[in-house]
Amino acid sequence: MTLSATLKKRLKYFDLELSFTCPTGRMMVMIGPSGGGKTTIIRMLAGLAKPDDGRIIFGDEVWFDAGRCIHIPPQKRRLGYVFQDYTLFPNLNLYDNAAFAAVDKKEVDVLFELFKIDHLKKRRPHMVSGGERQRCAICQALARHPRLLLLDEPFSALDVITRRGLREELKNLKGKLSCPVIYVTHDINEALFLADEILPVVDGKNDDGWLQRTITREPGSQAVSRGAREPRLSLVY
Amino acid sequence: MDYLALYVTIKLALVTTAVLMVIAAPIAYILAYKHFPGKSFVEALIYLPMALPPTVIGFYLIILMGPRGWAGGIWESLTGGSLLFTFLGITIASIIYSIPFAVQPMKAAFQKIDRRLLDAAYILGLSKRAAFLRVIIPNSVSGIAASAVLVFLHSIGAFGVLLMVGGSIPGQTKVASIAIYEAVEMMDYSAAGFLALGFIPISYAFLLLVNRLNEDSRT
Repeated sequence: MTLSATLKKRLKYFDLELSFTCPTGRMMVMIGPSGGGKTTIIRMLAGLAKPDDGRIIFGDEVWFDAGRCIHIPPQKRRLGYVFQDYTLFPNLNLYDNAAFAAVDKKEVDVLFELFKIDHLKKRRPHMVSGGERQRCAICQALARHPRLLLLDEPFSALDVITRRGLREELKNLKGKLSCPVIYVTHDINEALFLADEILPVVDGKNDDGWLQRTITREPGSQAVSRGAREPRLSLVY
Repeated sequence: MDYLALYVTIKLALVTTAVLMVIAAPIAYILAYKHFPGKSFVEALIYLPMALPPTVIGFYLIILMGPRGWAGGIWESLTGGSLLFTFLGITIASIIYSIPFAVQPMKAAFQKIDRRLLDAAYILGLSKRAAFLRVIIPNSVSGIAASAVLVFLHSIGAFGVLLMVGGSIPGQTKVASIAIYEAVEMMDYSAAGFLALGFIPISYAFLLLVNRLNEDSRT
C-alpha cells in the first residue's frame, strides 16, 4: 500500500501546499521548524482536518478528494496516530488503553513485553513516566493493526536519554512493520537516524534546501534563525 | 414528625435527579461541543429557571399543565386524570426548576476534557456516540456527580413551584418544605422544628460532598 497525498490549505500565516508519496515499510520523516504546518499535515492525513483542495489516496482507496467531495472520517481510515504529548485515556490503566481498539487482545501482551512495560499493565497513565506513557501509546496504535502509522513528535517531551532509547527501539521495530510510517520531528538527529526519506517542510511547502542550510548555517538565510532547536554540536553522535 | 412528607421529598429528589442526569447529559454535550446559530439564546433559555422567581415558573406550569394547557390537555385525553396536584406534576415541575443546576456543572466537566482525547478516540475507530459513552462520561464522573448532588439539594429545597403546581396533598405532593410551612402556620413549632432540623445534616453532608468532588476534579 502506498500513501500519496496532494494537500492545499490556507492557514493563518501561510498557505500550505505540498505533495508526497510514502510506500509500505518506508519511514518518511517530515522535518522543519515549529509552526511550519507539520501537525496540520498529519491531522489532514488522519482525517481530523480537511484540506481546502487536493486529494489523499491510500492504495486503491480515496480518503480525500476535494473535487469529488470525498472525505473518509478518521474512524474508517484505520490508522495509528501517536501524538506529541500523551493522549492515553486517564480513566483506564495502561493495559486497557492499549487494548482499547486492539484487533486481538493477546497481542497486547506481546507488545507490552516488546516495549518492556508489561510490569505496568495495571497502572494508570498518571502513575508512570513520560517514556512509559509514550511506549504505551505506541502499543495502542500498533494493536489496532494500522494501515498507516503517524507519529507526531512522539518523543519530544522526553529527556534525552529516554528519547535516544525509544528512537532505537522504533528503528528496530521499523523493519517489522508492514505499513507506511510518517514521522514528524523538528530534531535533525532524529530525522537522520530514523528516516528512509526526509521531507523538509517550511511554511507549508516542501523545501529541500532547508536541511542543508540549517546544518551549515548558511549566512543570510531566513530559515536559520528559526532552525532546529538542538545545537549543531549534537549532530556528532 | 411528618415522615410521609419527608418520604415524598426524598422520593421526589431522587426521581428528579435520576431523570435530569439522563436529560442533561446530551444537552450539556451539545452546549459544550456544538456550534450553531442562536446557541447563546438556547443556552440562556435553559438557564432561565435559575433566574426566574419560583412562583413565576409555577404560574406558567399551571397554565401549561392545567386542563386547558397543552401538556395538561394531552395528559387528560390520554389518562383522563389531571397533571396538577399529582406526584407526576410536581416531578415535572421539579425537573424544570432544577435543569440549570444539572446542565451547568456537566457542561463545565465536558469542556474540560482534552479535545485530543476525542481525536484519539475517533482515530481508534469510535463513533461520536461511542466516544461520548466511553471517553467523555467516564472522564467527567466527578462533574456529573457534582451535578447530581446539586440537583438533589436544589430539589429537596423546592417550595414555591411545588406549592403552586401540587398544592399540599399528603403522600402525593406534600413535601417536607411545605409541611414545615404549614406546621408553622398552625403554630406547631415542634413539628416544624423536627423537620427543619432533619434538613441541616443532609444538606451539610451533601455540600461537603460537592466540595470534595470539585477538589477531585481539579487534581
